[in-house]
Amino acid sequence: MTGNLSSVEDEKKLPLRASLAASVSRTAAALSRAAGRGDGSVIGGKLGMMIDPDLLAHLAAGRKIALVSGTNGKTTTTRFTTAALSVLGDVATNSFGANMPTGHTSALARAGSTPFAVLEVDEHWLPKVIAATDPKVVALLNLSRDQLDRAKEVAMMAQLWRDTFAKHPGIHLVANADDPMIVYAVGAAPSVTWFSAGQRWREDAHVCPACGGHMERGEADDAHWQCSNGDLVRPTPQWTVDGNAVIDASGTRHELKLQLPGKVNVGNAATALAVTHYLGADTAEAAPKLAEVASVAGRYAQVERDGRKIRLLLAKNPASWLEAFDMAEDAPTLLAINARDPDGYDTSWLFDVDFSPLRGRQVLITGERAYDLAVRLEVNEVPFTHVASFARAVQTAPPGRLEVIANYSAFQDIRAELDRVV
Amino acid sequence: MSSSALQIVWVYPDLLSTYGDRGNMLILAHRARARGIPVQTHEIHVNEALPEGDIYLMGGGEDGPQALAAERLLADRGLHRAVDRRAVVFAVCAGYQLLGSSFFAKGAKFGGLDLIDISSDRGETRAVGELGGEVDPALGLPTLSGFENHGGRTHLGPGVKPLATVKTGIGNDGRTEGAWAGTVLGTYCHGPALSRNPALADLLLRWATGEETLSDMDDTWPSRLRKERLTATGLA
Repeated sequence: MTGNLSSVEDEKKLPLRASLAASVSRTAAALSRAAGRGDGSVIGGKLGMMIDPDLLAHLAAGRKIALVSGTNGKTTTTRFTTAALSVLGDVATNSFGANMPTGHTSALARAGSTPFAVLEVDEHWLPKVIAATDPKVVALLNLSRDQLDRAKEVAMMAQLWRDTFAKHPGIHLVANADDPMIVYAVGAAPSVTWFSAGQRWREDAHVCPACGGHMERGEADDAHWQCSNGDLVRPTPQWTVDGNAVIDASGTRHELKLQLPGKVNVGNAATALAVTHYLGADTAEAAPKLAEVASVAGRYAQVERDGRKIRLLLAKNPASWLEAFDMAEDAPTLLAINARDPDGYDTSWLFDVDFSPLRGRQVLITGERAYDLAVRLEVNEVPFTHVASFARAVQTAPPGRLEVIANYSAFQDIRAELDRVV
Repeated sequence: MSSSALQIVWVYPDLLSTYGDRGNMLILAHRARARGIPVQTHEIHVNEALPEGDIYLMGGGEDGPQALAAERLLADRGLHRAVDRRAVVFAVCAGYQLLGSSFFAKGAKFGGLDLIDISSDRGETRAVGELGGEVDPALGLPTLSGFENHGGRTHLGPGVKPLATVKTGIGNDGRTEGAWAGTVLGTYCHGPALSRNPALADLLLRWATGEETLSDMDDTWPSRLRKERLTATGLA
């Protein structure tokens, strides 16, 4: 990363208003951090954009930009891509998960001049961020139900993306062949790298988004699928995964030694390497960089507390709960559920998750909406104990491994109790 | 009941299951088994014929799947035969709209199943948030509590009664919520509506079994959830 001195130098190249805006943005972010009010990405970006509404476009100009979007895996894939791309040069990134234009603006202002930027983008904002940043490549991970009380329904989101890519044929897409919603969103885009990372969750893709017909699909996560009317067919992927290895478009096998758990992260790694390859990196050189990523904004972080080895897993929606159960060890497990604004106010999704993999483990539950979870677990025949707080859970669990699976704001609360682990 | 076990049929989970709709089937089965009533559940996909059952469940869905479900159910007629023999139908959100004479999807009007005297069109705003109110006294149920997320408005004809009078949220039109006639009942409380309304679940079970009362069961967690939600929405 470039330091502050060189960013002042770089601002001489920006229009005067943009230069001032970038400087205010950085100062505000620093003040916010000093005041202990989060990492400052949002307030810094907001102030900068008030002074120069085109600040994001000005800051993006001259960089080779990769965007990462989808319902799940954005933050981790962004982190992997940033690590892998570092073999080519400095990379700016919004590593705090602030994935709307204010966060992008703040990240680019903070990084100063870099040849590359990798930005995680909220699904709804992708069209606007594409227009502002003119990316070389966009990675499309998956689309599934997530916070339906405020998010667009899945098919509407796929259509929004499809319309966007039709207007920007020059962008290269790195896209998930296993998700029919992603394949529909890609549409007739001329330049695509398809990857297959498997799709455990498929309840949102029973119906063809093109024609409403029935989707025919095999049992395996990465099985062939097609619409019964032939409107949409799984493309043949160029990048695939096999165990802990990624197999690239030339058929070369890259064994990974990831610190992050779960099959889903091998898929995220494949996506990151495909993006990095498109931007000119040698995959054999880039792949070992992925092993340096130990945790992502607190996710997967391991913390010792009172003899308990606590591991934090974030699960925000049905698809990501399935992945969390795949990662979690057979150990006492705390589930924490809130329903604040960033979580969505609707807890209905709890009934889309099958919690039966937790049977036989000591299950503790907490959070503002723990009773919604209690009813779900009772019906699911998963015995549990309700505890008033995270601290009580740590006291209740025996010494040793404690897996913590929490949704967004519950996760942030616990992370704050553990002194903002990163 | 039509056989030794209570037959619960979930209609088209591949089309009508937006957000936790499976919950209603799981809760009914759980509450029946807790009373010693044997249960069989059936998930019937859109390319299958509807079997004979005691309780039929329909969930929420996006516009395309809702329109396709109407087309298939009109061709299948299994739900019409079920209503004719007084089987129980419990439908939420898009499934509720399907019960009526017409609904709007993808900007156009579609014919519904015409099983009860309601019709639906589009509201000017989307109704998203907590939904609750006092239930029709004829049903003998406590306050209804749920979460709604829909763009529809539903008009009730003389052949149905509203399920509830709205205290918070929108429901049909800001005044009434849901509808019922005979043993067919629909609501805009979407997804696992029965999780907060165990007494409504038991009403459906009583209708289906013909039992006047069901034995007590441990309702510690549903009761705590109800209390927490009714307090949060000012309905306690």
